[in-house]
Amino acid sequence: MSWLIAILQTLLFVALAPLLAGWLKWCKCCLQNRKAPSLFQPYRDLIKLTKKQPVVAGHASWLFTIAPYIIFSATVLAATVVPLIAVDLPTSASADVIVMVGFFAFARFFLALAGLDIGTAFGGMGSSREMTISSLAEPAMLMAIFTLTMTASTTNLSVAISHVLNEGLVLRPSFVFALFALMLVAIAETGRVPVDNPVTHLELTMIHEAMILEYSGRHLALIEWASQLKLMLYGVLVANIFFPWGIAETFSLQTLGLGLLVILGKLAVLAIFLAVSETLVAKMRMFRVQEYLGFAYLLGLLGMLSHIILETSR
Amino acid sequence: MNIGHQDFYTQAILSMAALVGLTSFLMLGQGRLLRLIFVFALQGVLLTVTTALTAYSLDNHHLYISAVLTLVLKVMFIPWMLRRQVLLMNIHRDIEALKNNTIIMLGGASLMVFSYYVLHPIVQTSSTIMLNALAVSLSVVLLGMLLMISHRQAVAHVVGFMSIENGLFFAAIVATNGMPMVVELGIAFDVLVAAVLFGIFFFHIRTSIDSLDVDRLNRLHEVDK
Repeated sequence: MSWLIAILQTLLFVALAPLLAGWLKWCKCCLQNRKAPSLFQPYRDLIKLTKKQPVVAGHASWLFTIAPYIIFSATVLAATVVPLIAVDLPTSASADVIVMVGFFAFARFFLALAGLDIGTAFGGMGSSREMTISSLAEPAMLMAIFTLTMTASTTNLSVAISHVLNEGLVLRPSFVFALFALMLVAIAETGRVPVDNPVTHLELTMIHEAMILEYSGRHLALIEWASQLKLMLYGVLVANIFFPWGIAETFSLQTLGLGLLVILGKLAVLAIFLAVSETLVAKMRMFRVQEYLGFAYLLGLLGMLSHIILETSR
Repeated sequence: MNIGHQDFYTQAILSMAALVGLTSFLMLGQGRLLRLIFVFALQGVLLTVTTALTAYSLDNHHLYISAVLTLVLKVMFIPWMLRRQVLLMNIHRDIEALKNNTIIMLGGASLMVFSYYVLHPIVQTSSTIMLNALAVSLSVVLLGMLLMISHRQAVAHVVGFMSIENGLFFAAIVATNGMPMVVELGIAFDVLVAAVLFGIFFFHIRTSIDSLDVDRLNRLHEVDK
């Protein structure tokens, strides 16, 4: 039964990710006085791309064609670790948060390799930028997550979330820091506006788009889907770690339905925040990203410090 | 003494302490003067909330007056005055290139660790978790000093000075549960006078060296020799 729910939850993750991207686009369009596309436009794009024949460059190696599948499946595996609508599922019990970060790193490694493989200038540039950013973002993210894991004294996400849930409303200074740090890292990792602009193909500033420039057809669809999934994963992480109320603790139909509704609401609100910040903030210069991520790391460190010093018993 | 077992007031004060520390760090990394002043005002808001919380939970009515004083002085008057001067002198578009921004931030983090280390014996002997907030306020004081060292603009120095005062004020509110009214009025008046004096100094520095960049003062000194 619980395995069934775990698989269903992962499928839900995969199915809902384009909807979140569509909702985010819709919010941004409304804020910027543009006519918004339908909420289901990302699904249509994915279907259109899947139907098209993929074009692969003549000197591309096997790595180039296999990378989209690896990236997508690694991201889906990462999604199995994160509790979406229910805690205490067997999939999240078998792997902890460090494994999730590992899956992300794995996917990113192959994305960067695929960018390099084709041998264009843009691919290499994008890969090198992506690796620079991720090498700075990953410690900051781990720092933020360690604050949570130290509070709950476990690295297992689902146990940690139920710990936070059972404690009730406790004002924790360390969580405030960790929340900000994780949000900054999420923006950098998913390639949103101050760090990277996901909607343009502006040659000099692109990071993610530069790596996938040579992809087309179903390969591109898989990569796009994986990045939408990653955005949703970070959204769920922020929502469920810091505001876990509403997530199902028992496996009855009622609580699961409630959990689904609540997480949809939380994600919708988070997406509105993201859309507002993307509308207000201009894209950063590439060489300022390290300051931005350094600040995120600092916040994570402060969260850890304030947990150790302000909150633990001695 | 896990935080989950503390009462709501303690949790709130500790969160406020953390946020005050955060605003200090934000000020430290800020290159634009107007944004620096805005963050300073934000710190003032946090101080006001802390004072009001203390007043409410201790049922100490004169602390409300102190909260209002903080609101008027540190959130409205001083930021407004500094902002006006920055706009008047037309330096709000200058981005101050901070030298070694990363090193300064890391230095700030280590200052925070240092202040905890210094206060650790006191925290251990005392039974209240309140003294933790003392460590945060000490680090706010130290971070204010670091802000004064690392920035070049005279306006930033004033903000640093005022944030040192903020740190002391926070410590006083949290540790003593509210000082006597006379002391608080005295401090408020002091801050007011200091702000006005700084305003006059700005104009003097500006007329004598034609800039508010403090590094220029150094260079004049060398020419004299």
